[in-house]
Amino acid sequence: MIPRRVLAGLGAAALAGLVAPALSAYPLTLLTQAAIIAILAMSLDVLLGYTGLPSLGHAAYFGIAAYAVGILTTEYQCAFLTCLVSGVALAALTAAVFGLLAIRASGTYFLMITLALGMVVWGLAFRWVSMTKGDNGIAGVPRPELGLPWSLSAPLPFFYFALAAAVAAWAVLGLLVRSPFGMGLQGIRESESRMRALGYNVWLHKYLAFVIAGAFAGFAGVFWAYYNGFVSPADVQLVTSVETLLMVALGGPGTLAGPALGATIIVFLKNFVSVYTKRWLLILGAVYIGVILFAPRGVLGALRRRST
Amino acid sequence: MRAEFWITQTFNGLSYGALLFLLASGLSLIFGVMRIVNLAHGSYFLLGGYIGLSVIWRTGSFPLALLGGAAAVALIGIGMERLFLRRLANQTLGQVLMTIGFALIFQDLALLIWGGDPYSLPLPAALSGVLTVGELRFPRYRLFILALAALIGAALWLALDRTRVGAMIRAAVDDAEMAQGVGIRVPTVSMGVFALGAFLAALGGVIGGGFLGVYPGLDFEILPYAFVVVIVGGLGSLPGAMVGSVLVGLLDNFGKALFPELAYFTLFAPMALILALRPTGLFGRT
Repeated sequence: MIPRRVLAGLGAAALAGLVAPALSAYPLTLLTQAAIIAILAMSLDVLLGYTGLPSLGHAAYFGIAAYAVGILTTEYQCAFLTCLVSGVALAALTAAVFGLLAIRASGTYFLMITLALGMVVWGLAFRWVSMTKGDNGIAGVPRPELGLPWSLSAPLPFFYFALAAAVAAWAVLGLLVRSPFGMGLQGIRESESRMRALGYNVWLHKYLAFVIAGAFAGFAGVFWAYYNGFVSPADVQLVTSVETLLMVALGGPGTLAGPALGATIIVFLKNFVSVYTKRWLLILGAVYIGVILFAPRGVLGALRRRST
Repeated sequence: MRAEFWITQTFNGLSYGALLFLLASGLSLIFGVMRIVNLAHGSYFLLGGYIGLSVIWRTGSFPLALLGGAAAVALIGIGMERLFLRRLANQTLGQVLMTIGFALIFQDLALLIWGGDPYSLPLPAALSGVLTVGELRFPRYRLFILALAALIGAALWLALDRTRVGAMIRAAVDDAEMAQGVGIRVPTVSMGVFALGAFLAALGGVIGGGFLGVYPGLDFEILPYAFVVVIVGGLGSLPGAMVGSVLVGLLDNFGKALFPELAYFTLFAPMALILALRPTGLFGRT
């Protein structure tokens, strides 16, 4: 049976696709952002929600892929496919290295190590000026040319492009978490010692989950660079990592659709609030505290509890 | 230039390490007693700096700025702990999101109150200038930081190791439940340690205002340093925080001096090495 969540998610994606042509430029931009950031949030959910590993450095993989696209397009005029493959591969590779260090630790240590490793990437983005242009960032990333009849520089085709990427990522991750491997991850989340006693290679499961989550964060990063046309240290900073964590917590960890919803809520909230006030961070901070106090299991978790 | 370069950089690294010790020792103790990773700890540093700045603008007194900044932030810490964090015992993710929420709020409030311009804390005459020893020049202020941190470190160690309250704190670090069982009021101990941690971080912020300055973003910039110190030294260990601070201060300083573009790598690569050999840090226990 297809879970109701999946149907709801598909419905939401289809609805977004249907109403998009009727939308004006601004909401369309926000929907595009939401689609891309949803990929990032879902990738973190594989770690946080399904494996029980709270990573505080997830923006690193997102940002590395974004930087790869930024440098490859502006310095070397690389095509979309080259950028996509290099961005995702670089993110996965970074996760593979960082994972070796982080997976050794658990709980609080895992959290602090991922934060510190994330800051390494931020530090490089900020300081390695000859490569990353430092604080100025890399501007002028062109929209990809895919040889399609529609130019992706127009907002509407690019939105469909991003939406397709999000749905594809959702499908792949959905299959992943329902596979025997994904079940193994959930078993580890519930009880690591029991899984070990059952003969599972717990370390390898966690490590692969870490690398896969990094790769998908990189996938999101590739689209983000193309969408923004600009890559800067802000894409890899701590606040981006924790915002992603908030999206997952807000939507409901362990439900891919939830974090996607959480991402959409935060993207829209952020933009609407910043129209009216400069005090966005203040409100975001209050949202963090509010989520923890009033909906500790996320929006979907709260809804589910009510319906049962 | 060789010998002077090494001596000067070592001195700079040590004094930065001394500042980090003030920040990280509190973070480590708070974790030890309450198992809370306080992501607002960098905000205490920042708020301490700003409040100290306001005090010095009003009164012109450096000691008052130190005390005022530190005490005000200790009160903020007590409020956070009593009203919000206590109910989240053993919920790592909840604590993380909660403390980040506070960090963002503090950051924005600081921006609202003190604006976006960077400030430097005006130093009293006795602490400005340099001490010249032969060819070498040591800024007096950095000497003061070293002395103060050494003093505080010694006091903390004596208090933890030799007093009744210290024994209670150590008992709570080792096993909070057992400590509660033998009649130690762990919640009160927790609150005290949290206040002490906030106090020390804010003190570091006021002092840091004299040579790092106080500016928006300082909170999230300094926080990873405190984390690395605690990761390297071991969570909940005071000697660990001391050794970790000195190591991180030196590594960061030499990294920045020798490989400016890769400064963070030179800081984090040794951390990775230490973790690979000892996953709980140099002085940490499992």
